[in-house]
Amino acid sequence: MTAQADLAADSCLTPEQSRALRRKPAQCVRHGFVQALPFILVLLPFGMLFGVVATDAGLDLPQILGFTVLVLAGASQFTAVQLMTDHAPALVIIVSAIAVNLRMAMYSASLVPWLGRARPRDRAWIAYVLVDQSYALAIQHYEKHPRLNLEQRIGYFLGAVLATCPIWLLATLLGVWLGQAIPEDWALDFAMPITFLALIAPMLRSPAHLAAALVAVVGSLVFAFLPSGLGLFVAAPLAMLTGAGVEVLMERRNGARL
Amino acid sequence: MTGYSDATIWLIILTVALGTYGLRWSFLGVFGSRPMPLWAQRLLRYTAVGVLPAIVAPLVVWPAATHGQPDPARMIAAAVAVAVGVATRNVLAAILSGMATLYAALYLIT
Repeated sequence: MTAQADLAADSCLTPEQSRALRRKPAQCVRHGFVQALPFILVLLPFGMLFGVVATDAGLDLPQILGFTVLVLAGASQFTAVQLMTDHAPALVIIVSAIAVNLRMAMYSASLVPWLGRARPRDRAWIAYVLVDQSYALAIQHYEKHPRLNLEQRIGYFLGAVLATCPIWLLATLLGVWLGQAIPEDWALDFAMPITFLALIAPMLRSPAHLAAALVAVVGSLVFAFLPSGLGLFVAAPLAMLTGAGVEVLMERRNGARL
Repeated sequence: MTGYSDATIWLIILTVALGTYGLRWSFLGVFGSRPMPLWAQRLLRYTAVGVLPAIVAPLVVWPAATHGQPDPARMIAAAVAVAVGVATRNVLAAILSGMATLYAALYLIT
C-alpha cells in the first residue's frame, strides 16, 4: 500500500481504532490485561467453588491443582468432579468432561484467520490458555480493530491471559483453604452471564450477527432438556448457519441493487 | 473419599487435559497460515455470537442460584447489560450497569 493510500485508509478509522493500531506489543499486553480485569469477578467465585466442591468430593490438593492447571476449563472440571461424586465409570467421566469442551474446537477454528500465522510455538501456548474468557475478549477486540498486526493481536491475548489464568489457580486454592467464603447474597453467580452478555452486545453490529445471536438464545432454551450441555451443540451450529445464511442473503440483495 | 484409586484419578485428569488441549489446538495448530475455505470462514465469523449467547441464555432464564426458578431481577439485569452494551459498545460500562441493576433489583424486589 502506498503512503497516500495508507493515509486515506487511516482517515476513516475512529480515534479509538487508530490509537489501538499505534500500540507497541508491550502496550497491547497491558491493554489486554486491563480489559480482562472485570473477569476476576467471574473467576474468583467460580474457581473458589471448584476448590470447595473438589475438596468435598475427596480429591487431595495435588489432584485439585492437577485439574485446575492441566485441564484449565471450569465447566469441564465441575463435570468431572460431579460425576466422580456420583461414582460414574472413569470412561464416562473422561468422555463427558472432554465433550463439555467441544466448543473449544470452534473457538480454535474461529481464531485461525486472526492468529493462524503466528509461530507454532505461539500457537501452542495460545491453545493451552484458550478459555471462554480469553476467547471472548480477544475475538471482540480483533473484530473491532481488524487492522492490528500479528504481534499486537498476540500481545493482547497474552495480557488477557495473564489477568485471568493465574486468578483461576489462586481462586481454586482459596476455595480449598477457606471453604465457601463468598456470601450467596452477593449474587456473584450472575457475574458470568453479565460479563459474557457485555462482550456479545457490541458484536451485534449486522443483521446477520443479530440473527445468529437470536437463534443461539432460542435454540439453547428449546434444547435445554438435552443432557450434559448437549443443547449447546445443537443451538450453536444452528446459530452459525443462520449468521452465514443471512450474510449470503444480504450480499445477494445488495448485489442485485447495484 | 472418592472411591477411585489415585492412579485412576490421575488417569482421568491427564486424559481430560490432553483431550481438551487437543480440541483447543486442533484448528489453530493444523490450519495455521493455510487459508480456510470461504464457506468455513463465513460460518466461523458467527462462532462468538453463536456460542456465547447459547451458553448464557439458560443461565439467565433458569439461574442456578434460585434453583432454576426464573428470577425477574436477573432477567432485568441481563437486559440492561445487553442494552448498554449495544448502545455504548463499551464492555466495561455494560458489565457495571448490569451488576448495578442486579443489586438494585434484588434490593427492591426481595
